[in-house]
Amino acid sequence: MNLSLFIILPILTCLGILFAKGTQQIKWIALFGSSVQLIMSIVLFWQYIKLPAINTPAFQFDAVWYQAWNIHYHVGVDGVSIAMILLTAFVVVAGVLVSWAQDWLSKEFFFLLILLSAGAYGFFISLDIFTLFFFLEVAVLPKFLLIGIWGSGKKEYSAMKLALMLMAGSGFVFVGLAGIYFQSSGAHTFDMLQLSQAHLSKSSQILFFPFAFVGFGIFTALFPFHTWVPDGHSSAPTAGSMFLAGISMKLGGYGCLRVATYLMPEGAHYYAPYVIALATIAIIYGAFATMMQKDLKYINAYSSVSHCGFVLLGIGMLTKTSITGAVMQMVSHGLMTALFFAVIGMVYSRTHTRLVAQMGGLLKIMPFISTIFVIVGLCSLGLPGLSGFVAEMTVFVGSWQNADKLYRIATILSCASIVVTAVYILRATGKTIFGPMTDSHHLALTDATWTEKTASILLMVGILAIGMAPFWLTNLIAPVSNDIIQHLAR
Amino acid sequence: MQTNYFILMHHELIIAITIMLLLVIKVGSDKLSNQLVANVTNGLLLASLILGFIVQPEGNVFGDMFHTDGFALLQKNILVFGTLIISLQASTWLKDYEHTAEFYILLLSTLLGMCFMISSRHFLMFYLSLELSTIPLAALANFDLHLKRSSEAALKLIISSAFSSGLMLLGISFLYGTTGTLSFGEVASAIQLNTPLQLFAFVLIFAGFGFKISAVPFHLWTADVYEGSPVAVTSYLSVISKGAVLFVFITVLFNVFALYAHSWYYLIVIVSLFTMIIGNLFALRQTNIKRFLAFSSISQVGFILIGLSGGTHTSAASVVYFIVVYIFSNLGAFGVIALVQGLTGKENINDYKGFYLNNKMLSWMLGISLFSLAGIPPVAGFFGKFFLLLSGAEKGAYWLIAIAAINMVISLYYYLNVVKNIFIDKSDTSIEKLPIAIQPRIAMIICVIGVVGSGLCGGLYQYIYQLVK
Repeated sequence: MNLSLFIILPILTCLGILFAKGTQQIKWIALFGSSVQLIMSIVLFWQYIKLPAINTPAFQFDAVWYQAWNIHYHVGVDGVSIAMILLTAFVVVAGVLVSWAQDWLSKEFFFLLILLSAGAYGFFISLDIFTLFFFLEVAVLPKFLLIGIWGSGKKEYSAMKLALMLMAGSGFVFVGLAGIYFQSSGAHTFDMLQLSQAHLSKSSQILFFPFAFVGFGIFTALFPFHTWVPDGHSSAPTAGSMFLAGISMKLGGYGCLRVATYLMPEGAHYYAPYVIALATIAIIYGAFATMMQKDLKYINAYSSVSHCGFVLLGIGMLTKTSITGAVMQMVSHGLMTALFFAVIGMVYSRTHTRLVAQMGGLLKIMPFISTIFVIVGLCSLGLPGLSGFVAEMTVFVGSWQNADKLYRIATILSCASIVVTAVYILRATGKTIFGPMTDSHHLALTDATWTEKTASILLMVGILAIGMAPFWLTNLIAPVSNDIIQHLAR
Repeated sequence: MQTNYFILMHHELIIAITIMLLLVIKVGSDKLSNQLVANVTNGLLLASLILGFIVQPEGNVFGDMFHTDGFALLQKNILVFGTLIISLQASTWLKDYEHTAEFYILLLSTLLGMCFMISSRHFLMFYLSLELSTIPLAALANFDLHLKRSSEAALKLIISSAFSSGLMLLGISFLYGTTGTLSFGEVASAIQLNTPLQLFAFVLIFAGFGFKISAVPFHLWTADVYEGSPVAVTSYLSVISKGAVLFVFITVLFNVFALYAHSWYYLIVIVSLFTMIIGNLFALRQTNIKRFLAFSSISQVGFILIGLSGGTHTSAASVVYFIVVYIFSNLGAFGVIALVQGLTGKENINDYKGFYLNNKMLSWMLGISLFSLAGIPPVAGFFGKFFLLLSGAEKGAYWLIAIAAINMVISLYYYLNVVKNIFIDKSDTSIEKLPIAIQPRIAMIICVIGVVGSGLCGGLYQYIYQLVK
């Protein structure tokens, strides 16, 4: 399959939106484009698992872009990238569907939404770290405008904070990239496959690993740099939150794994204790901070900090199982949190409040939305049978394989955070869904529309598919994490 | 031999002919419409541009004082191209202006000076052409004849450029005193390490250049001059005049003072750091959009100097490439500002509140240009800055690019602040829908194509890189 289609198609969709007339036409074009993309992702997945097992990325395409710097447009996919592409495709379609009521400046809204997805697809298929970096930053502009124009609350502040912090992350990443580029042995190159074979001295790795890791880490809410997450997510429009939490934060995790850890293995080993410490703090801090929140969006945003901590924990633990778990957690959290934001958006658009205290007894009024709300909450707290349990369990099992005392303590502490998660999820769910009705005006509210139902079911399918039958995802990821571990041991 | 002159100097000749033609027109008839004058000039500039790409001679004239080759021609083409865009953008302003012919005569005189400057291979020639390019600029800065601040701008410009020329001239005379020659090639081979007077001469020349490109600590004239001048002149000052001096700066640093590479490396690094930081910090607080772009252009110069510090072919190519990208993006921004200022007279950032709702195309144009200036992909500014910083990192100055990266975050804040005003904020007194005449429209389309295309297509950089080599 020609991977460039994953970039070309969103751009064509964007152009289509640009020339479309009327809101209806725009929406249908956006839905059509993203659906085709979803079908393409599934076809890609299918084609990939049919391939004989190989150690190099599949469907590669390589073209010179900037010859003077030896920069290539080099794309290819392996199991991890395909998992992320599938996640992106699901979230994008769901995002378009839940934005169906978006009438104000709808052309710009869907244009930016699809442009954002183009950045994510491009990021996940890149094998050249320049291209990867390029697509990482492509998404900054749409995020800023999506939050700023269609957001709510203190949207200007949040949009600016998000853009500046992500830009700072990109700046760190850039220094890391420049270091890898100039200090690696052999001809200067940005090509990941060539760089993984080249030698990078231990001192350089120790110098540049933090830049790359922290840089990508900012995208995925690494502990002291997580502050953009709650503000950004809670101010963004529903689809914006879904994209931010479901896709954008995963760019960081993917980059930490692919660029920082894979290309600088000695640096990764050297800094592993610090990474684990920060990840554990993020997990526990995020969980406790969530307990204190009253706004549903803030609850989900802080719990994202906690859940993304598991991704970093898995990467920091550097075992095959933990890395597999980290990738699974990225996919699982992406689907789960996107669905959670979607449901919160549905509730908010009806009740016009996101405060837990002002809602109650929604199950009787909107049964479909409430059911989804409960299921996604249970997924978030790690109920077996849903994706959250599978992913977090894999991370814990992988983490426990490290016999060192610090690693054990970190694992136990992180495990314990699940109890806290249960507290806040059950409390919020109990109050809003099952509690007594607080507002008689809520009686007049309607249940989900067909687009909202479709979006929810789509994401739910993903969550259940991972929760009930995780083997397909594990089989997809495990060979790659095996490869990464072997590369690290070298 | 005679034909050789004509071919080698075709840029300069066409510009000189245009100036003569305009003079004759001005003297001969008062009744010719401004539109005609502008069209004739634009046509000749376009002809010169096309010729510049087709006829690519290489050689020396005037006893090796004037040298031209592919790289010099490229630089001249860039300048002519930029001037053409500015001329198209200025048409809204010039339409009812009584001194259109004079405006073009002065503008082209400076362009002529710059073309000679790029080709000069002798310090005397260089100095002459530098003066030719700066003195008419001061007159141009005064072109808002009824405005006091415009006269103030002109006076500031002429005094500061006279001062910087003085510094440079002193440096040049020291250089002559110690080496006995002023030809670039001979100076380069006569220069020795550890001769204080030569080093001093270098510092003086460096300071002179610093004034012209408004690097910190020689930047103080910039903001007032930019604010006071008419928008067309401001955009000319910020891209064309700066670009031309930077082109020569590359030659002087890399060829003439190649032996001092170690010394000027640190000098440039320090100056670039201060330029970036101070430019950024001042830009944060500006409320007038022209002043804002003035300070942001100072910080851009800081980034350019980082690229220059690499001292290799790739770094020269990156600087030239960035200047091209900068021309597209800055002129894109100035095009919109010129239009808004010309039609409504508004030039504060606050005036752009709610601009998007009435003027979608103009808003996107300004937005894309600002994103390019901030260095955010997919527009070309990202590539430009990436290569500049990569050139800076080539010598291992990772701390330098780390600071530069932090500065990019700061600069993003103020660019986004303007974007926020345009797209997000609402206002009761937002600017009405503005009509766009055909010439500015063409200029805008060119800028958009340039801003989007020159990054995504790697061909332009490769083209420049091959000419540098």
